[in-house]
Amino acid sequence: MMGQILALPTRQGKEPKDRKIAFKECITEALYLEMKNDDRVIVFGEDVGIKGGVFLVTAGLQKEFGVERCFDTPLNESGILGAAFGMAVAGLRPVAEIQFADFIWPGMDQIRSEISMLRYRSGGNMSCPLVMRMPWGGGVYGGLYHSQSPEAIFAHTPGLKVVVPSTPYDAKGLLISSIRDPDPVIFYEPKRLYFMKVPYEAVPEGDYTVPIGDAKIVREGKDATLFAYGTQVHHCIEVANAFEKEGVSLEIVELRTVWPFDKDAVLNSAKKTGRVVCITEAPAICSIASEISALIAERAIEFMQAPIQRVTGYYTPYPYWADRYYWPTPKRITAAVRDALAY
Amino acid sequence: MKLKTVELKPFEDEPFRFIDGDGHPVGKIDLDLKDEQLVALYRLMLVTRRVDERAELLRRQNKVMFYASCAGQEACHVGSAYATGPNDWLYPSHREQGVFITRGQPLTEIFAHFMSKATDPAMGRQMSGHLGSTKLNLVFLSSPVSTQISQAFGTAYAQKYRKEKAATLCYFGEGGTSENDFLAGLNFAAVFHTPNVFFCTNNQFAISVPREFQSKTSTYSIKAKAYGFDGYRVDGNDVLAVYYSVKTAMDRARNGGGPTLIEAVTYRYAPHSSADDTSAYRPPGELEEWKEKRDPIKRMRLFLIGEAGLLSEKSDKELLDEVYRSVELAEQEADRVPFPPLGTFLDDVYAEPQPWILQEEKQEIENLYEADYEKEMKERLGGP
Repeated sequence: MMGQILALPTRQGKEPKDRKIAFKECITEALYLEMKNDDRVIVFGEDVGIKGGVFLVTAGLQKEFGVERCFDTPLNESGILGAAFGMAVAGLRPVAEIQFADFIWPGMDQIRSEISMLRYRSGGNMSCPLVMRMPWGGGVYGGLYHSQSPEAIFAHTPGLKVVVPSTPYDAKGLLISSIRDPDPVIFYEPKRLYFMKVPYEAVPEGDYTVPIGDAKIVREGKDATLFAYGTQVHHCIEVANAFEKEGVSLEIVELRTVWPFDKDAVLNSAKKTGRVVCITEAPAICSIASEISALIAERAIEFMQAPIQRVTGYYTPYPYWADRYYWPTPKRITAAVRDALAY
Repeated sequence: MKLKTVELKPFEDEPFRFIDGDGHPVGKIDLDLKDEQLVALYRLMLVTRRVDERAELLRRQNKVMFYASCAGQEACHVGSAYATGPNDWLYPSHREQGVFITRGQPLTEIFAHFMSKATDPAMGRQMSGHLGSTKLNLVFLSSPVSTQISQAFGTAYAQKYRKEKAATLCYFGEGGTSENDFLAGLNFAAVFHTPNVFFCTNNQFAISVPREFQSKTSTYSIKAKAYGFDGYRVDGNDVLAVYYSVKTAMDRARNGGGPTLIEAVTYRYAPHSSADDTSAYRPPGELEEWKEKRDPIKRMRLFLIGEAGLLSEKSDKELLDEVYRSVELAEQEADRVPFPPLGTFLDDVYAEPQPWILQEEKQEIENLYEADYEKEMKERLGGP
């Protein structure tokens, strides 16, 4: 508990350039700053108020801002998301938490039939700017219902934006951008990264934004491109470091925004290296990796020196005991890179 | 004969009413309505029915592709919406044409919506009846059933948070009480004590499924008890009873008294929609019984001419003529409006600027189909 309170800017005495802060605490900071600067921002969901969230991401907020602004709801995802819709329509800026990405399904009707479609069906007259934040992804022995990566379904739903940060700096900036965005945003927080002690990086104390829709060139390279997002970005860094020793330079393009993804960054890198590996934790069929592959095949096929590689989760529900074998590992990514280079 | 004051009480089986089917008061009516307001309620029901009749005709002429008639339910729409104020929010369901009319949505806009013209607030993107208005706080509705109930909680929460003296009125049918969001919305509203009024239009059928197969409770108003607040059963074909009960509930909500459920008992004259045929499921004689003995408009006419003495046969006929003319003018005006440009069907998925894929697709659809669309729309508008 104290760790989270210490993370709040009011308790920080350090200079901005020295501030190293964990991924999870950056999210708390973003929520704190936006709630402080804009009294339309309301944070709610199961267990987020008194307890501060099952991962303590919203810790301290109810105490700071009161129960009207940070509160616990009854156990009903459809109710939470319907409430967010209704608040947003009436001019508030709701930030709803769904306890795990895996529990979104009771609220799917509200997302697909309502939240994503309001602007369109109202002829542009009404809109519902809101954020749906949820812990996401595997690597924590969470099994079927605490490890899912369902982002492809929401990228496939016109009207939504889908964001997945992988660093503390991006987590804070992207959440602030999401809260300020005029459209509904699904904000996935890789839970594996909640617990990561490294990498810490300097995070400014005040508010700042990271643009939605901009990819990040994590590393420049010329021999092949790795496209990834979320926890997998760190696997890519590990793989790229290893290849560097062999004199192979890999480019890492992190999507950050899964939808609308940065088409130009994707195509520019694909054309630059000619060998691509598309990575996602989700199962291969109809995944984001498939979408990136299709786009490259459609618009950059003549630049390809090798077949487009996909490294994805296996086509099963997410298994508990085989957790560390299920998702793309550095070993599997390495194999795909070698296939691309050898072609 | 001295009449007892009729009292609105929660959880009664017998629907609360002021006027019976023949326009006679059943008790002393304690209403804060002026004479001109009583006539206004009646007139709004006439407009609703006339608009409905015209829309059915437009459907048969293929100027409207799909239409769900609201004939028989006018008192539910008019009585309830008349009890709302400018700062209140409304979440209508489908088949609620009278709510939009009573709230003050221009008839030209309503017809433009039915006919998918460029002045349709929904820009032709939705089937008829899926209307809305930002100016009138009418939330643009969708087709999935009851999703609006938990949304209505959210809006009421916003009103409470901002300490507004206002409430949110949410509509759904008795079929809608079976859906998941009925539980979610009512439960949240109860827990957070928000200014919600939940209006259940019990028109006896959810498409073909009769109320006996929808729920095993004796009434729908009783369901509020499970969430911890009051429910009232009212005669949905008595516009005064509907007005009174909704006004009571809205005032309670606005003054911090929390949520209320109202069950309005009425009957759907028409099929579910232009795509439905009731012969398979409507019990013979039932429709005629409701039309002859309990029609909301007939009842109010008899009351106004008889008991209240506010209309004569002559002035009633003049009123009807005026309504017909107004509706006709609005329909004709909407008929002359062109259709939305084809490219607009690629707008408003997101705020501007839209993602790259939509920009590409808008270019493509215009290049590919512009000429075809213009030709078809010209034929549909017809005439020189």
